[in-house]
Amino acid sequence: MTNTLHRYSEHYASVAPSHPEPIRDDYIVFAMATRGINDDDLVEKYRTFLHLALEHHPVNVGDATKGGIVRPRQDLNPSAHWRRDHRPDPEQVIAQIEGHTTVAAVFDNYAAMKHFVEELKIADLGISINISAPMAEARRCCEDAGILRHSVEYSVGFSGRVDKLPDATTLELSTMCGHGMIAANFAKKMLEWVKENRRTPEEAARYMARFCSCGVFNITRAERIMKRACNRE
Amino acid sequence: MKIDPDKCVACGNCVPVCPMGAISIEPTIGRATINSDDCVECFACYRGMSKEHLNPLIVRAVRRVAKIFRFRFDPEPDICPTDAIVPQELAWPRIVRRAFSDPQVPHESTGIHGRGTAEVKTNDVTQRVKNGEAGFVVELGRPGVGARFGDIQRVTIALAQLGVEFEENNPVASLMSDRSHGLIREDILKEKILSAIVEIKAPVERVPAVLQTIRDLAREVDTVISIGVSTRCDAAGNDVLGEILEQQGYPAYRGKTNLGLAVSAQ
Repeated sequence: MTNTLHRYSEHYASVAPSHPEPIRDDYIVFAMATRGINDDDLVEKYRTFLHLALEHHPVNVGDATKGGIVRPRQDLNPSAHWRRDHRPDPEQVIAQIEGHTTVAAVFDNYAAMKHFVEELKIADLGISINISAPMAEARRCCEDAGILRHSVEYSVGFSGRVDKLPDATTLELSTMCGHGMIAANFAKKMLEWVKENRRTPEEAARYMARFCSCGVFNITRAERIMKRACNRE
Repeated sequence: MKIDPDKCVACGNCVPVCPMGAISIEPTIGRATINSDDCVECFACYRGMSKEHLNPLIVRAVRRVAKIFRFRFDPEPDICPTDAIVPQELAWPRIVRRAFSDPQVPHESTGIHGRGTAEVKTNDVTQRVKNGEAGFVVELGRPGVGARFGDIQRVTIALAQLGVEFEENNPVASLMSDRSHGLIREDILKEKILSAIVEIKAPVERVPAVLQTIRDLAREVDTVISIGVSTRCDAAGNDVLGEILEQQGYPAYRGKTNLGLAVSAQ
């Protein structure tokens, strides 16, 4: 799974600006065990990871096999069209962990990520912990937390038929689900609806988040992107 | 995936949610249909949309009345009102579409959900990428374009000619009929998937040459390729890769960092 590796920003544009805007609201910390090696008491380890994360107010948490804090529902009735419940449910994510998966927490600020990583170091869960973020920020976090980086993986961007990709704003939104479950056409539709004032950026971000089946979609960043695109900042 | 014409009310909500753009409203029957050649069986429509289970006859009647008066109903955009999207039982070779497209299906070859590889995310335990090595994740079809195995094979053949090592524990490698030549089994070459990751390893000093080869190859395929490259850090937590990528002019802004916190438990 490389589901958080290639999140588009203008750093990855075919013709990148000389000083692209840093991304300061998208930090992911995730945990993953290896079968047969460090997967004893795995459910408890994952639950501890997410409970620790919740103390730092993540904008999303997820289980790669079940989804994030907002999920589609199978039991809606027509009143949903007027009174949709958009409230997140992180406890549902924690309660439904069953075994091997990847669990993730998404933060919209550096300090929250750093404090969470410091607590993870003390908790010593014995499973692999990764940061997915701008590399310089991840490195700074490790230095601040007194951690020596073990391995790194860089996204070096997109090649080939990039002419088939949608516009930059749509890509910024849709690539926040690296599994590709948020269709570019749906992201475009949500942008249009915000422009037409048919939905707020907050509502539109939650519609998209429901399609992300592992919970790494950054709802706060999506709201910011849509506000910027619709001149509502 | 299919759409049940007896249930569909042609609301159109499912049309934009398909990552491959395979769903449209067929005007002759007034129902949504799925282009089965473009559908990659990712289940985004089936799983991602909420459902109301309404009676289709009533919904169609309401929609007809609203249409007469040109009323624009403003429904929730992520709901299938009549539960009309129906998964099909998939046979070989179509079943590989779902294996490579639906992130909630674990790959049989790796037991991992998603695209089925752990890359360096568990490198502190597995030592998959060792000191002095670089790991490459070459993902064809991402973001949101899709790829056919015929295109993927073009890349694997060229990489095999380069003499690099294919990662053993990888779903694409498990479908190769001849790994030394990068050949993928013939019966799946026309199958379309959301994306697939080809993983290789090479000495870190070969990073510029391998990346250049991949970029050259990218011009020959009918899809987009996302590239990731990884390495093991030294005892002081430093890596040589960032500098190499910067020198070569690659945008290495974002990535993953394995914190090595599993090691103390081993």
